[in-house]
Amino acid sequence: LQEHEVEKMFTLKPGRLPPADVKNVIFFVRPRLELMDIITDNVLKEDRGRSPQRDFHILFVPRRSLLCEQWLKEQGVLGSFIHREQYSLDLIPFDGDLLSMESESAFKECYLESDQTSLYHAAKGLMTLQALYGTIPQIFGKGECARHVANMMIRMKREFPGSQNSIFPVFDTLLLLDRNVDLLTPLATQLTYEGLIDEIYGIQNTYVKLPPEKFAPKKQGEGGKDLPTEPKKLQLNSAEELYAEIRDKNFNAVGSVLSKKAKIISAAFEERHHAKTVGEIKQFVSQLPHMQAARSSLANHTSIAELIKDITTSEDFFDNLTVEQEFMSGIDTDKVNNYIEDCIAQKHPLIKILRLVCLQSVCNSGLKQKVLDHYKREILQTYGYEHILTLNNLEKAGLLKPQTSGRNNYPTIRKTLRLWMDDVNEQNPNDISYVYSGYAPLSVRLAQLLARPGWRSIEEVLKMLPGPHFEERQQLPTGLQKKRQQGENRVTLVFFLGGVTYAEIAALRFLSQMEDGGTEYVIATTKLINGTTWIKSLMEKLEPAPF
Amino acid sequence: MSRARADEEEYWHSSKFRAFTFDDEDDELSQLKESKRAVNSLRDIVDDDDDDLERVSWSGEPVGSISWSIKETASSSTSSLEGRDSSLQKGSSSYAALPKQVSSYSLSNLFKGRNKLPSFQSLSDALSDIGVKNYAPELRRSKAEYKDYSSDWSPKDTIRRMQRGKVCSLERFRSLQDKLVLLDEAVAGHDGNVITAVLIFLKRTLRREILFRELEVRQVALCHLIHFLKETGEQKLLLDLLRFLDRTEEVALSQYREHLNIQDVEKRREFLKSCIGLPFSAEDTSHIQDHYTLLERQIIIEANDRHLETAGQSEIFRKYPRKASILNMPLVTTLFYSCFYHYSEAEGTFSSPTNLKKTFKIPDKQYMLTALAARAKLRAWDDVDALFTTKNWLGYTKKKAPIGFHRVVEILQRNNAPVQVLQEYVRLVEDVETRLNLATKYKCHDVAIETYRDLKDRIQLTAYKCKVERGSAEEEKINSILNNT
Repeated sequence: LQEHEVEKMFTLKPGRLPPADVKNVIFFVRPRLELMDIITDNVLKEDRGRSPQRDFHILFVPRRSLLCEQWLKEQGVLGSFIHREQYSLDLIPFDGDLLSMESESAFKECYLESDQTSLYHAAKGLMTLQALYGTIPQIFGKGECARHVANMMIRMKREFPGSQNSIFPVFDTLLLLDRNVDLLTPLATQLTYEGLIDEIYGIQNTYVKLPPEKFAPKKQGEGGKDLPTEPKKLQLNSAEELYAEIRDKNFNAVGSVLSKKAKIISAAFEERHHAKTVGEIKQFVSQLPHMQAARSSLANHTSIAELIKDITTSEDFFDNLTVEQEFMSGIDTDKVNNYIEDCIAQKHPLIKILRLVCLQSVCNSGLKQKVLDHYKREILQTYGYEHILTLNNLEKAGLLKPQTSGRNNYPTIRKTLRLWMDDVNEQNPNDISYVYSGYAPLSVRLAQLLARPGWRSIEEVLKMLPGPHFEERQQLPTGLQKKRQQGENRVTLVFFLGGVTYAEIAALRFLSQMEDGGTEYVIATTKLINGTTWIKSLMEKLEPAPF
Repeated sequence: MSRARADEEEYWHSSKFRAFTFDDEDDELSQLKESKRAVNSLRDIVDDDDDDLERVSWSGEPVGSISWSIKETASSSTSSLEGRDSSLQKGSSSYAALPKQVSSYSLSNLFKGRNKLPSFQSLSDALSDIGVKNYAPELRRSKAEYKDYSSDWSPKDTIRRMQRGKVCSLERFRSLQDKLVLLDEAVAGHDGNVITAVLIFLKRTLRREILFRELEVRQVALCHLIHFLKETGEQKLLLDLLRFLDRTEEVALSQYREHLNIQDVEKRREFLKSCIGLPFSAEDTSHIQDHYTLLERQIIIEANDRHLETAGQSEIFRKYPRKASILNMPLVTTLFYSCFYHYSEAEGTFSSPTNLKKTFKIPDKQYMLTALAARAKLRAWDDVDALFTTKNWLGYTKKKAPIGFHRVVEILQRNNAPVQVLQEYVRLVEDVETRLNLATKYKCHDVAIETYRDLKDRIQLTAYKCKVERGSAEEEKINSILNNT
C-alpha cells in the first residue's frame, strides 16, 4: 500500500478522524447501516474548519448498496463523497482449500429475514470462481437456499452466454448445502485443535488473540515483572508446517504430536555436537533458520495447547461435553436437563445455555411444549424478559421449537447416517466422527455419502431434512470433458450456505486424505462460525447494560 | 407571418396524425417559434379535451433563462414528432443531442411534485393532478418510442444494470403495472440490494394500501421490506404493515421491542403496560405481564432504597453500599437483591423475597439457590440454616434441600464459609462418595473420618492420617478409632 502513496490506515470509529496530512480519505466498508452512521459522524465532524478540505471517497465491499447511499443522503453527507465505488470481493481465500465470504449475518438474513442478498453474492462468487477455474459440470444441493443459488447460477449463465469459457474444469462437482439442513453440528463443541482454539478464543480472519501470560519471553533476572498486557496475536494457517499438521487433529492427539516434534527438534539441535567437518557445520548452519522457525512455532503451539488443556480438563467443560454427547447420542432428550437447569441457576453465559437448549431441541426434533416452556421461563427470569425476542428469533430459525409432529425423526437420521459412533479413535481416526469425539457432522456425512455410494441410497433421510435436494448438470463443450485417469481424484467444492465450523472443515480434509476416498474437497462458505458466534448472530441486539 | 402562424395553429389542432412539413419554414422560424409549435404539439399527445393544459404558460414559469424552456420544449417536440412520423428525419436529427442535456435535471424536478400525490395508477390520473411543468419531461419519455435514448431501459434491463451497480433512475416507471413488473424483475434477480432499492421507490410512490396489497402476494419482496423497515426504524409503517398482514404476534413482538429504546424508567413502565394487551402467544403474554410487574416493583424498591441509602440510617446499606440500581435487572437478580437487603421483611411489603416469590411464582429450587447465595454472602449462617430446616408435624426438625446438599456446600464454600458451617452441610450430602470427595476437598476432616469409620474402611482411614495436621485433635480421633476396632 505504501507504494501507492497511502499515508496511513485507520480502523473505522466514530468521532473525529485522526489527524493526517492528506488530501484524500477513502472509506473501505461493508454496506451496513451502522457503519454508515460512523462515516457520517466522521465526515460531519471533519468538515468543520479545515482549511485544505479533504476529499472523501467511499468503497463498498463487496458492493455498493443503494440503501446505504440513501442513508448517507438522508444524513446529508452523500454529497461529500467524490467517488462511490464498489470493490467486488465475494469469496476471500483463507487457506489453500478454504474460501469464505465473511458475511456474519448471512444465516440470519437467509433464515430469519428471508433476505437472499448473501445468496446472490454467493452465486456471483461461484460464477467468478467458474470463470477462473472452469465450469463445474455437476451441481448437487440440499436445502432451500442451495436451490436458489443453483437457480441463480444457471440464470446468470444463461444471461451471459459469452461467459462460456474454455478453461479446463478444476472442480468436478459442486455441492451446495444449507446450514439449516444441519443445525446440529455448529451447536456442539468442536474438539479439533483448531476448533477448540476457535471455541475458546475465537479465530478472526485466521488470527487469534491469546492471553499473554503464557507467552512472556523468558528473561533472566526480572522474570514475570513486566508481563505483556496486550493480547498475543498469532496468525494461523497451513503455511505453518506444524499447525498444518495438528490443526485438524482431535485435541487429545495433539499432545503426543507436540512432544514428538519437540524431541525431533532438540535432537536436531543436538546434532551440532556431532558435526565434525566444516561441511557438516555448514550444512547445520544452513538449516538453522528453518529449525529456529520450527522451534518458535512449537513453543507457541505448546503454550496454546497448555491454555486449552487448562480449560478442557476443567470440570465444567467436561460436564458440558457429557451433556452434549448424551443429547447427540439420543439420551434423555425429551425431559428437562438437570445440568442446563444448574447452569441457569448459576448464571452461566446465556449463549452457553442457548446452545445447549437448542442442541437438545434439534436432537429431539423439537422439545415437548412443557419442557420448552420451562426452559423459556427459567431463562427469562434469570437473564431478563427482553430475551423473549432472542428466543423468538431462535424459534423462527428452527433451532428451538416445540415438537409438533409428535414424532422424533432424529434417531432415524442418526442411525441411517451413522452420526453417532461409539468407538472413536482420536489418535488415528478412521472416521470423521473423531472431530467431535463421537458425533459425525451431518453435513460432512452428506458430502461423504454423495461421493459414495450416492444420495439415492439415503433418499428417505433426505426427505426428513428440510428443503429440497436436487442435481443439475452444466454442459461442457466436448473438448473440455475430462477423461479421468485411473487413480486420479475427483475434486468437489462444498459450499456451506450460512456458515461452516472448523471441525467440519477438518472432517472434510480428513476425507480428502483418506487413501481410498477418491475425492478431494475444497470448502467455501458464507462465514466461518462456531456455536457461540452463530447464536450471537441470531440474538436480538440489546441495549448495553447501563453499567 | 402572424397569419401563417395562426394558420398553422389551426392546422395543428385539426388533426393529430398529419405530418407537417418542417422543411419549408425551417430557416425562417426562430427557435422560439418552434417551441411554441412544440407546445401545441404537446396538446395532441395528451388528450385533446384535457382542459388543464390550457393553463400552461411556458414563459411564465420560474425557469430562469429562456433557452432552458427552448430546450425543454424542443426536446419534447422531438420526441413527439418522432413518435408520430418517422419521415421527419431532419427535425429529429437536429435535436438528437438535446435530450441528454435535459435529462440531467428533469427527474429531480419531477420528484418534488411527486410527493404531494398519494399515488397514481396511470398516466391520465397523474395528468389531471399536477401542473404541466412537472410532467412535461416525463411525457416525453413515457410516450417516446425511441429506444436509443440512453437511459430508457426496460424493467428487466434496469434491474440488470442496477445489479451491476450502475445508477438508474426508477422514476420513469410510473404506472402501477410498470412498477410491479420492476419489482418482480428485481425479486427474480434475488439481489436484495436491488429489491430494497425498488421497494424504497415503491414505498415513496405508492399509496400504502396498494403497496401492502401488492406485497402480500409477493412474499420475498415483503420480507425485504419488513427487514428494511426494521433496520431503519420506521416502526409505525412496520406495525401498519404487519397489522395489515394479520401477523399479530409479530406486531406484538415488534412493538414490545420498542421498549429497549426507552431510557426513562417511568416511560418504559408505561410502555410495557401498554404492551400487555398486545396479541402475544399465551405463554408470552404472561412473560410480558411479569416484565411489567417486575419493573413496576423495581421502581418502588429503587425509590425506597435510594432514600434509605442516602439517609444513612439503615445499617445494611451503610455496610454494603449498593453497586448499581436495581432497575431493569432480571428477576433472579432482583430476588437476590431483595434477599440481600430485605430478607427479614414481612410478606406484605413489595420488596420482601417471599412476596417476589409469590408474585412471580418462582420455583422453590430457584428461590433456595438465590436466597442461599445472598445470605451466604452476608455470612448470615443462621439464615442459611433456617432455609433448610423444616419442622415436621411432630415438632422434630429436619434438614432438607431441594437443590441437593452438595450444591449447598459449593455455594457456601464459594462464599468462604468457615469449616464449622461447611461440615454441617457436607455431613448431609447423601451420596457417600460425593461426601468423601467434598470433605477431603474442603478439609472437613471430622466428616471424612466419621464416614470412613462408618464404612469400616481401615486402609483409607489410615491413609487419611497424612492429610490432617500432626498432633491435632483429628489425628487423635483417627488413632482412637483405629485402636478401638
